[in-house]
This record gives sequence, C-alpha cells and structure tokens, in this order.
Amino acid sequence: MALRSDIQARAAMLRVRFEAAGGQVVDTPLLQPAGTLLDLYGEDIRARAYVTTDALRGEQMLRPDFTVPVVEAHMRHGAEPARYTYSGEVFRRQEMDPDRPNEYLQVGYEVFERDDAAAADAEVFSLFALQVRGLPLRAATGDIGILMAAVQGLNTTEKRKAALMRHIWRPRRFRALLDRFAGRAAVPESRRKLLETEGDLTGSAVEIGKRRASEVQARIDALREDAKAPPIAENELLALEALMAVRETVPYASEQMRDIAVDLPQINPALDRLDARTAAMKARGVDVENLDFEASYGRTSMEYYDGFVFGFYAEARPDLPPIASGGRYDALTRQLGDGEEIPAVGGVIRPDLMLQLEEARA
Amino acid sequence: MTLKLGVPSKGRLMEKTFDWFAKRGVTLSRTGSDREYAGAVEGVSNMELVLLSAGEIPRELAAGRIHLGVTGTDLVQEKLPRFEQQVEGLAEMGFGHADLILAVPQFWIDVDTLDDLDAAASAFRVQHGHRLRIATKYHRLVREFLTDAGVADYQLVDSQGATEGTVKNETAEMVADITSTGETLRANHLKLLSDGLVLKSQATLWRSRVAKYAADEKAALNTLLDLLEARK
Repeated sequence: MALRSDIQARAAMLRVRFEAAGGQVVDTPLLQPAGTLLDLYGEDIRARAYVTTDALRGEQMLRPDFTVPVVEAHMRHGAEPARYTYSGEVFRRQEMDPDRPNEYLQVGYEVFERDDAAAADAEVFSLFALQVRGLPLRAATGDIGILMAAVQGLNTTEKRKAALMRHIWRPRRFRALLDRFAGRAAVPESRRKLLETEGDLTGSAVEIGKRRASEVQARIDALREDAKAPPIAENELLALEALMAVRETVPYASEQMRDIAVDLPQINPALDRLDARTAAMKARGVDVENLDFEASYGRTSMEYYDGFVFGFYAEARPDLPPIASGGRYDALTRQLGDGEEIPAVGGVIRPDLMLQLEEARA
Repeated sequence: MTLKLGVPSKGRLMEKTFDWFAKRGVTLSRTGSDREYAGAVEGVSNMELVLLSAGEIPRELAAGRIHLGVTGTDLVQEKLPRFEQQVEGLAEMGFGHADLILAVPQFWIDVDTLDDLDAAASAFRVQHGHRLRIATKYHRLVREFLTDAGVADYQLVDSQGATEGTVKNETAEMVADITSTGETLRANHLKLLSDGLVLKSQATLWRSRVAKYAADEKAALNTLLDLLEARK
C-alpha cells in the first residue's frame, strides 16, 4: 500500500495537469444533503454511502462522489462552456470486501460544453489515457446512448418504452420486462385473473394508506390496455439482443451495429455520433483500431451515464476497480438543473491505485 | 477458561432453548434472582451460560466474546455482513420460526408480485412526489432483496415496533416484517406478496469463527458437539 503522503502528492500532480488542460479548480463540501442523492440513486445508495444526521439539516451523506455536487455548483452559477477539476476524498461503505478502502482520493475532470460532443468526449478520454500511459491497463468503452435510442425507437407503446428506459441500468429487470412485452414470459396467475374480469374492481377489502383505490384502478386499466397491445416483434427483439451482445474493437463494433440498424434504424443517429467520436479520438492520437467497445458496458455500475462511457482496468488485477472511469451524463444536468440542462462529460482517476500498480511493476 | 454460550435472556425463546439443551443432556438454568442475568450449566464441564438480549447475540459472536450463541437467522443475517465468514450454524433448533416477508394492503388487487410492486412504486412516485415507503427494521436484508429483484422507487422507513400499523397511519405504504402465522397481517388488512419472502428464519445455534478456542474450551465444545450428535 502506498503512503498517504505519496498518494496526496500524486493527486496534486494530476490536478495540476488537469488545470493545465483547462480545468478550473472546484471544491465541494464533504457532507452532502442526502435528499438529492437518494432521489437520484434510490435506496441503493444507502448500501454504498455513509449516512449521518443532525436535528437541523436532517440526513446527510459523506460525499460518495464529486459529480453530483460539481454539476449542482455549475447549474447554480457556472459560465459556459466550463471545464472543472477537483481532488479530494470520497467515502464508500464496504460491507462485503474488507480489502476495499472505504475512503480514497479521486481526481476528476469535467467538461460542460454545448457544441461538439464528439470533441469533448475525445478530449476527456485522451486526457485520462495520457495520465495512465505506460501502466498495464485495458481500456473499455461503450455508449449507453445507442441502447437508449434502440429502446426509444421500438414499435411499441410509450408506456412500455418508459418502463424499459427506467430499468436500463438494471439488466435483470430490463430482461424480465422485455420478455413480458415480447410475450415470452408466462403471465402470472394473479394478473391473468385480473385481466379476465371486467369493469371496476372494488372489492370488500378496506381501503387504507396513502395509495388510493383510484390509483389501483388506474394501474388495472393500464394493465388491460397493455394486454391489448401486440407483443414487440420478433425481429426487433432479436436485433435488440444482438445489439446488447456487441463486443468488439471499435471499427468492427461500428460495422456490426450498422448491420443491426437494418432492423433498428432508430440507432443510426447514435451510431453517427459514435463514428464522429471515433474520428475525434483518432485525431487526438488514440489507437481506435485496437480499442474495445461493448454495447452493454456501464449498464450495471454507471447509472447516470447516458452516452459515451469508458474505464481503464488493470489486466493482471481483475479484483481492482477501474483505475480511471467516466462518461457522458447529459440527463443528470437536466435532473439537477431545475429545467436547465447542458451536455456534460467527465471522469475520475484513483491516484492510490496508480501507485499500487507502479509499485507492483517496480 | 470456559466455553461461553449466549442465550436470549427473556421469555419463550429462553425457555425453549433450555428445553432443547435439556433434551440433549445439557441442563441450563438461571441462578440468583429473576432479575439477575446469571446462569449455570450442568452436563458439560468448562461451559458457561451468558444471558443476553437476542439482538446482541450476533454482535457478541462476531466480536468473539462468546463462542456459541442462540438467535434467529434473521438477526444474524441483518446484523452481520458476510455472516458465513463470522459464524457457523451448528443446528437449527426447530422453534422461533418466523418469515421476513413483504406485505401490501389487501385492496391493492393489482399488486401480487415484485414486478407489480415495481410498477406500482413508479406510478406512486409520479402521483405523490415521493418514493413508496416500506416500514421495516430489517433495512439491510430488505434493501438487498429488492436491489436483487430490481425494484426501484421505494424507500425504507424505520419502524421498530407495531410495523403493521404504519400503513393505516399513512407513515408507510407497505411493510417488511417478521410473521409467523400471518394473523397480525390479516387483522391490519395486509396481504403477502406471492414472491416477497425475503428470508425464512428460526432459532439456530451458532458457533463463532472469530472467537479464540483454548484447549479446555475446545474440549468443552467437542463434548457438547458429541451430545448434539447423539441426539440427531
């Protein structure tokens, strides 16, 4: 394990480099109001973040990441375009693995930029690639935006699409919904009975609680309506599955996805954006011919990203989290911006892990 | 040194534990006054009875301050992360049966499965501006269960007692609680979700993997294990 002072020195060096790249230094409080984070991540965040309380401010969390407070600060009083850098501790509860630290330093770089998303994506990726150059790492990339475009363009009801979009970061529930909407899954007995009856279903059971009978009826109506809608077509479903399974180098992945786009033409604009990004990365000297691309990358662990995603992994140490990771999070700025929004992309790097790998190599 | 056995200090759980050990040739008893938490063991030499609240037994086992302990699977799994590494279940004792379940109001005829719950929670959040509240004291178990099932848009609210009443009082929309017969649920106009069984629990004899075992403690443990084996 590297010395704390060495880790801090490395963090300071990385931040200076990010400043040189144009980042303005920002700092955010260690204690974050829990409400925003809970709204965003749901109850799952409690498993990962330390929660504390006082009588005055209620629940607060020890900063689990910088992105949310940095976006909030930018939405409040940021000029455009903006580039930010920061360095500091983040805290993660560890209940499963005692070897993982519950406090570590992160150094980040975020770009808020309306024009030329491809250039901004390439700028962030190549800046992080530069910091880890020489380390035995594998770069993984993906693009959640392609899968989102595929879902939004399906020939099915808006409600089904909204349900699928809501679970895009929960692959198991997404799969279950897809099977249901495609008519592959057996209808549970209870639902079959509900659908067979007609009219209002006001039973004898007592109405208690804040969820009212009208809401129960509204859901039954929605289920009946959904039962009338035709299943998602076989060709669309197969194409969507093929898309989720794409795992290739960037040029081959792009080619494969263009084939898939014959059945899912809605993904073509997203594929154009991928190609523009690839060109921008190439222009910055990234070896895109050998860069990996996975269409499903980032679906389980990177929940607010909705476009380009990337991570750098130690090949010999699959037990380690990514040394650096990041992506595009346009929707997050919309959610935190009270109606305002700005396209944003950024990433973070772990100086402690960098030093650990360098020591192992020496 | 002595082999320390932690047993719940109160009520039926203590009596049933005493009965269970008695059937296996180990006599446990309280000593002193009713208010004094001291006990005696006959049948295994070098063994000591420690009376504790059932909720503290998992922690004491994990800290290695007791070698053996009797408590429910629910409490061990809620309180000890990666419990298998800290304790070993020696015997399920056949009493103290309780299931940790998810229950919703009976009149929610549209909600029978976790899939329904997830959809109802999504609509509820839109309608009411906050996430659907689940009252429970088993935060970790319930959260892990719902995360695994991919249910979103819920929130856990703490309830240390009279949990079934929270729905009527509108401090929660549904509950996750221990039930043995389901009568309390029915009396409070609640029903089980068909796939909402979080955990089946019963009183269990646990051995701490953390505690140190000196030679005489090891000998006492082996004597006890032989007695338990003979009865199987």
